[in-house]
Amino acid sequence: MSTDTVKAAAYRVCETTGLSIFLKAQFFVKINAVLAVIFLLVGGIAALLLALTRWSNVMLLNDIWYYRMVTLHGVNMLVFWIIFFEMAILYFASTTLLNTKMFSKKLAHTSLALMFVGAVVTNYIILKGQADVMLTSYPPLEAHPLFYLGIILFAVGALIVAFNFFATLYIAKKNKTYEGSMPLVTFGAATAAIIAVVALLHGAAALVPTFLWSMGWMEMMDPGAYRLLWWGLGHHSQQINVAAMVSVWYFVATMSTGAKPLNETVCRGAFILYILFINLAAAHHLLVDPGLSSEWKIWNTSYAMYLAVLASMIHGYTVPASMEVAMRRKGYNKGIFGWFAKLPWKDPGFSAVALSAIIFGFIGGITGVTLGTEQINIMAHNTLRIPGHFHATVVGGTTLAFMGLAYYLVPLIFQKDFYMKKLARIQPWLFGGGIVIMSLGMSFAGTYGVPRRTYDSDFGGAVLETGFDPVAHIFLGVLGIGGVIAFIGLLLFLVLIVAAVFFGPSLKGQKMPTWQTDKEQKMTDELISKGYEEEGKDYHVKTPGTIVLVLIFLLSFAIYYFANWAALADLWHIR
Amino acid sequence: MEEEKIHPIQKFMDNIWLLLALGLAIPILSYTLWGLIELLTIEQGTLP
Repeated sequence: MSTDTVKAAAYRVCETTGLSIFLKAQFFVKINAVLAVIFLLVGGIAALLLALTRWSNVMLLNDIWYYRMVTLHGVNMLVFWIIFFEMAILYFASTTLLNTKMFSKKLAHTSLALMFVGAVVTNYIILKGQADVMLTSYPPLEAHPLFYLGIILFAVGALIVAFNFFATLYIAKKNKTYEGSMPLVTFGAATAAIIAVVALLHGAAALVPTFLWSMGWMEMMDPGAYRLLWWGLGHHSQQINVAAMVSVWYFVATMSTGAKPLNETVCRGAFILYILFINLAAAHHLLVDPGLSSEWKIWNTSYAMYLAVLASMIHGYTVPASMEVAMRRKGYNKGIFGWFAKLPWKDPGFSAVALSAIIFGFIGGITGVTLGTEQINIMAHNTLRIPGHFHATVVGGTTLAFMGLAYYLVPLIFQKDFYMKKLARIQPWLFGGGIVIMSLGMSFAGTYGVPRRTYDSDFGGAVLETGFDPVAHIFLGVLGIGGVIAFIGLLLFLVLIVAAVFFGPSLKGQKMPTWQTDKEQKMTDELISKGYEEEGKDYHVKTPGTIVLVLIFLLSFAIYYFANWAALADLWHIR
Repeated sequence: MEEEKIHPIQKFMDNIWLLLALGLAIPILSYTLWGLIELLTIEQGTLP
C-alpha cells in the first residue's frame, strides 16, 4: 500500500495479526455486528416460542401468535441477523484484508440508516399484528404496506453496502494495496456480495409491486410469478450465507490452527462455481408448482449438473485437509486421526466453525441435495423435513460459523476480552447440539407427514378424523427439547458477547489472548507468519484423516439418498 | 523487469467484474427469465 494512501486513512495496526484496521471501516464492522446480534435475540425468542408450540404436548401459543412468531422468526433470523452480520464481514474483508480504506463513508452511513429503519419498521408492524403473512408473504395473503416497505428499505441498504464493497475492491486494485490475486477470504466475501446483488434484485422485483398492491395502486401480482421472484430473494439470500460461511471457515481455520488453503486455484474455482450456479437452487421451492415445466425444474434443481454441490464438497475437503496439513506440520502425526484429536477444541471460535462444517455437511448438505431431487421432493414438500434441512444449513451451519467468527471479532475488532471462558468453551457445543437435536426431530416428524408452518399438527376440529402416528409426536417433543437447548446456547452466546463488548477487559495494545497453550499458539503463529512461497510443500503432505472423513461423508450421502428412493418406491408403486 | 505471465484462467478468476456479470446473467437467464416465460405462456384454463 502506498504511504500516501495509508496516511489518508486513520488506521491502527492489529497487535495479533499485524493487519491494518481502518477506523472508519472498523466502526461499520462493529455497528453491523451489534445490530446483527440484537436481531438474533429477537428471532431467537420467537424461535423458542415456536419450538414450544410445535411440541404438541405443550402448544404454548394460540394460532394467531403462532403465525405472528413464524413471521417474526423468519424475518429476523433469515434476513436481519444474517445480513447485518454479512455486512460486517464485507467491510472487514474489503478493507482490513486488502489493506485499504473504505470507498465511501457517506454511503456506509446511508446504508446503515436504511437497513436499521427497515428492520425496525418491519418488526414493529409484525408485532402490531398487521403482517401475519410469514416471511414468504405469498399473495393473496396481504400485510400492511409497512411490512413490504421495511424489507425493501433494508434490501436497498444492503445493496448499497454491496456497491460500497465493490467500489472498495476497485480502489484497492487501482492503488495496488495488495499484490497478485486478492486473498481467498476476500474472494469468498466477493462471491457472497455477487450472490447478494442477484438476491436483492429479485427481492425488489417481487416486493415493490406487492407493496404497490398493498397500497391499492396496482393489481395483485400473479401468485406464480411472485413465488418465482420471491424465492430469487429467499433462497439466493441463503446462498449468500453459504459463501460467507465458507469464507469464515477459511479465516478461522487459519487463525486457530495456522492452516493455509491447500490449493488457492482449486478453492477459488469452487467459489466461482457458487457464483455461476448456486443461485439456480431456488427452484427447489417450486418443485410442485404446476405452472413450471419438468425441464425447468430438473435443469435448475440439478444446479446445472450439481456443480455448486461439487463446490461445497471441494470446500468440505480443503478446509479440514488444510487443518490436517497444519497439524501434521506441527508434529501431530500419530495415526490417521491423531491430528484431529489435537485440534484446538478448547477454542470456541474453532469448535463453532468445526461443528458448523460437520452439521452443514452431514445433515444440511446431504438432506438438501436429496430433498432437492424432484421425485423425492414430492414426499417431503411442505413437511417438517424441509425446516429440518434448512435449520441444519442456516443455523447449524451459518449461524454457528458466525458465532465462531464473533469469538475472534470481539478481541480483534472490539479489542475486548471475554469473561466466563469455561462457559464460552461449551457454548458452541450447547447451541450446535440443540440445533442437531431439533433438526433431527423436525426431519423425523416430517417423514410421518407432519406439515411445516402449521399451528396444530393434529388439525384439531377438522370434520374428518386426522392426525399422525403417535411416534410423530415423540419427534415433535424431540424438536421442542432441541429448540430449548439451542435457545439456552444462543442466550449464553449473547451474554458472553454483551459482557465482553460492553464490560470486558480492554485489550488495546495487547495481542489477542490465546485459547490454546502457549506452546501450541507459538506453533500456530509460526505457521501463519510463513510466506506463501512455502505453501508448495503442502501439496506433498498427505491427508489420510481427511480422506477417511470424506469417505464417511460420501457413504452417509449414498445411504441417505438411496434410502429415500426406497421410501419413494414404497409409496409410489410402479408395476 | 519482465512482467510475469499470468495464466488466462487466473486472469478470469481475478476479474471480479466479469464474474459479477456472469453471476447475474446465468441465474437471471436460467431461473428467472425462463421461469417467467413459462408462467406467462400458460394457456387460459377452460371449465369442463
